[in-house]
Amino acid sequence: MFDQYIVCEENFRTRDDGRPGGVVEVRMPYYRGLRLSMVEAVDLTLDGTPIPAERTTFTVHGNTYTFDRMPGVVDDRWEFGERAELAFETDEPLPAGEHEVTVAVRLRLSYMPVPGGGRGTKTLTLAAV
Amino acid sequence: MSEPEHRIKRGVSCYSFQEEVFLRTLSLEDCVRVCSELGAYGVEIIPEQSLPHFTDLSDEFVATWFGWMEKYGTTPTATNSYLDTWLHRGRWMSLEDQIASIRTDIDVAVRLGFPIVKATVNTSPAVMEGAAPYAEEKGVQLLIEVHAPFHYEHPWILQHLEVMHRTQSPALGLMPDMMTFVERFPRVVSERALRDGANPQIVDYIVKTYDDHGDTHALMDITNYMGGGPREFELARVAAHYIWTDPRKMLDHMPLIRHIQAKFYEMVVDETGADVEYSIPYDRIIPILVEGGFDGYLSSEYEGNRHIQDAYPVDSVDQVRRQHAMFRRLLGDPVESTLVPA
Repeated sequence: MFDQYIVCEENFRTRDDGRPGGVVEVRMPYYRGLRLSMVEAVDLTLDGTPIPAERTTFTVHGNTYTFDRMPGVVDDRWEFGERAELAFETDEPLPAGEHEVTVAVRLRLSYMPVPGGGRGTKTLTLAAV
Repeated sequence: MSEPEHRIKRGVSCYSFQEEVFLRTLSLEDCVRVCSELGAYGVEIIPEQSLPHFTDLSDEFVATWFGWMEKYGTTPTATNSYLDTWLHRGRWMSLEDQIASIRTDIDVAVRLGFPIVKATVNTSPAVMEGAAPYAEEKGVQLLIEVHAPFHYEHPWILQHLEVMHRTQSPALGLMPDMMTFVERFPRVVSERALRDGANPQIVDYIVKTYDDHGDTHALMDITNYMGGGPREFELARVAAHYIWTDPRKMLDHMPLIRHIQAKFYEMVVDETGADVEYSIPYDRIIPILVEGGFDGYLSSEYEGNRHIQDAYPVDSVDQVRRQHAMFRRLLGDPVESTLVPA
């Protein structure tokens, strides 16, 4: 329902820790916040290549999680409209310029018999360092 | 012709402003102020949408909340609870934990002065029965929503009614969502499907089947036979989800109906220049509520944003304003705002 807002245009950047890769800000396509255990996946595809979940981390309001931990997190939330940071690692540093970023969010919504969530794609520009 | 007497009150669910709140162009205080400006003094919220850090409420926030109610002359009407029965992957929540979840929602409502908690329609009759004593103790109404595809004769709702009639709990009741009275397929939904590339012939077929109140059960199959794909299947699924029921069915249950979610998709102007809803015949629904003696809130639930945001600017405040212009006309309340906030 908010698919077009999943990928944020702003703040696409290289990683803060200097390792090759980047950070993209993402929002949940749903009309309320959810405990993180119900976020089944936040899958990233960069320039047509899927990035494995184990090479990504997820940060909400300063708290960082790996996706293998997320199913057990019931005391933290991805708030409604909150910009989470999806950090990812790549083999080589990302070149400056345009990149096609696709993010697919899958949510476990108890009142629905099928997965919730959505998918968005945007072309984002990485500034030259 | 004199207007029939009634005690129906007007309000808004902040769900209506989800587009603007999501994008941070309206704050929660803005939503409350808009309700007041529209003379719709009843404020409904989804705590998990409106309140960060749910379920932790600071004393400071609670004081701010009641400050807004006083400043804007508004009243808390209802919260919406969600029962996350699949909170844990692969492990269905126990009955005890489901009841505990509802008790927590009741606690949040009480803290912020809400007298009603909506139980989302997936809440089972056993959970309602188990949570009723706590709701009674806290002086809160726990109302199951009657939401499409369910209706007043569906077994799921009949089971809920059985609990209400057997226990006679004063805390239990119904919260009808007006999406059970979608007489005509919402235009914003089919037009979005067309913009997304759905086959116009199949879209026409689905809309016509719905508008003729034909059999929607086989629409997924027929769509497949017509060569449809995922976009057409989604529209067919939605057409099988909306329902049209005779609004007079509510008259059999009026003592249990204590709050109305006034769902709407698109306000349009009719041939007389009056604001009307494209799909839902409020001009026939509201007289039934008056006839039944309903004295709760008509609480706006605008849901058109998600269907138009790809192509048009969303102005949820204007849509809600127009829905309330319609309510004022149908309720015989000519005054935009009857109470001027200090």
